[in-house]
Amino acid sequence: MAVAEAITAGTPLRSNRRKVVRRILRNPLAICGLVVLVIAVMMAVFAPWLAPHEPTQTNLGQAFAPPGTPGHLLGTDDLGRDVLSRIMFGLRASLHVALLAVATSLVVGVPLGLLAGYFRSIDALISRMTDLVLAFPFLILAVGLAAIRGASLGNAAIAIGIAQIPGMIRIVRSETLRLKSLDFVAAAIVEGAGDAWVMGRHILPNAASVVIVQTTVALPAAILGEAVLSFLGLGIQPPAPSLGTMLADAQQFASRAPWAAVMPGVAIMLLTLAFNVVGDSLRDALDPKASRR
Amino acid sequence: MRRYLFHRLWQSAVTLVLATIVVFAGVRALPGDPALALAGEDRDPESLRAIRQQYGLDQSWLVQFWQFVSHAARGDLGQSIRTGAPVRGMIGSALPVTIELSVLAILIASVIGVGAGVVAAVRRGRPSEWAANALALLGLSVPHFWLGLMAILYLSVALGLFPASGFVPFFSDPAANLHHLVLPALILGTGLAAVIMRQTRSSMLDALSADYIRTAEAKGLPPKSVIGKHALRNSLIVVVTIVGLQLGALISGAVVTERIFALPGFGKLTVDAVFQRDYPVIQAVVLVTATAYIVINLLVDLLYSVIDPRIRVRGDA
Repeated sequence: MAVAEAITAGTPLRSNRRKVVRRILRNPLAICGLVVLVIAVMMAVFAPWLAPHEPTQTNLGQAFAPPGTPGHLLGTDDLGRDVLSRIMFGLRASLHVALLAVATSLVVGVPLGLLAGYFRSIDALISRMTDLVLAFPFLILAVGLAAIRGASLGNAAIAIGIAQIPGMIRIVRSETLRLKSLDFVAAAIVEGAGDAWVMGRHILPNAASVVIVQTTVALPAAILGEAVLSFLGLGIQPPAPSLGTMLADAQQFASRAPWAAVMPGVAIMLLTLAFNVVGDSLRDALDPKASRR
Repeated sequence: MRRYLFHRLWQSAVTLVLATIVVFAGVRALPGDPALALAGEDRDPESLRAIRQQYGLDQSWLVQFWQFVSHAARGDLGQSIRTGAPVRGMIGSALPVTIELSVLAILIASVIGVGAGVVAAVRRGRPSEWAANALALLGLSVPHFWLGLMAILYLSVALGLFPASGFVPFFSDPAANLHHLVLPALILGTGLAAVIMRQTRSSMLDALSADYIRTAEAKGLPPKSVIGKHALRNSLIVVVTIVGLQLGALISGAVVTERIFALPGFGKLTVDAVFQRDYPVIQAVVLVTATAYIVINLLVDLLYSVIDPRIRVRGDA
């Protein structure tokens, strides 16, 4: 309740940060999620040093080694490549694309959402643009982009980011609309504060919590998006390891070496599950009123 | 109501026009000269000019745009560069597969989602709520194309319960058709079911604490009737809203699901066209999807306002 009151009272969120952190740490599921996330990020960042093998190094003599084979904890694929090493580098690629995509949607979506919510005059224009982007389902957008610019990690990130911009705009817009009607904003305007000052100093800090929650929704969605694009051959290109391309490869020999199809999927699932759990508990912690229901 | 209708129709029309411009401009932004691509090996200036004339590529952009729009409006979507077949026919045979798959997925997801949502709301604090919540979280986090691979691997190949791939048209053998589509539809519906479950749960919790439910209980209605007739009514709105919101995800999901189960649908057509750089097909597929998406969203909105009169009022304001 305290945070909700603080937000309506116009106190910046910062002073309540500790309470939010404490609330999250009281939730065992959230802690599990955080632990998984930390491990995944560590594996991704330090993949070049942690991975037991080169992710693209083939060894036909070791093809289809089952999990538990000495030197290949999670087994090998049809070309004898180490599954664990490829998952580590795949995580790196997934997180790379997801961060790029979400950063794109933040950089474009937050200012546009602020402007749309604050100025009625450009609201219609921005809303029509949002509708336009929404008219193209994510995969169709990615397909078009891949046709125009070619399939690559960067273009996958751009496609995912563009697809996430409308959601970000809408969330920030509606929060701006809500905040704009509150007394402390009216007070600031009466005091003679300029539009830029009101938006940057009063509205943006108070909209931070919804942006954070939306980011925790967008990140796992981006990870799944990257996996789907790479699986279809529209994202990261082989032989570069990506969780999606690993699954696409493994589909060919799944009954011969099921672990090569199971492991990358489990990795994606754990990663998105962790993001979703942490995101849920963050949302509950930022808005305890909703969680008590 | 009429004002709201016109407002939404106008909005959709503007979006559709803008989408058409984007598709047109997007295809013109493709790398390479389309005439060269169409000519293939035969690249003497004479035949290139003939091709440019045949496809109107020598005209101004404005004329080309008008031709594109007027042809599309008449249902003429051009011909595939690869096969020479009319794109309209290709879409006509692929679309029913995808529509059937999506409708089945929505049905399955609604039944599972609403059922699990009601259980989670009514049985608060019991293991069944916990299980329903965990399932929803899993449904949101599992990459469904991977779930599809696993289902093929373990349910189709190992146990032989379902065919692993392929498609039988409904009208040639309805039973075989459903047998082929049940597993893909279930897989496609997992994410949708999870979202529907979460929303049903929270709207049920809202409804159960509302005064009219207390009134219904107080006047002695049995719990089944309170839940079924009073509280559950709202979940119809929830399902319609979510299907509208998740439509894009459903279309994207159908593309991947069709790829995994080798279904000859719209998704397969799309992905194949990209890999074969079959631009007329890409252009048509994107245009048809955007149009369908805009129209269905409009229908969902209108349906929504029929179910919930409060929306109309807000739309009029």
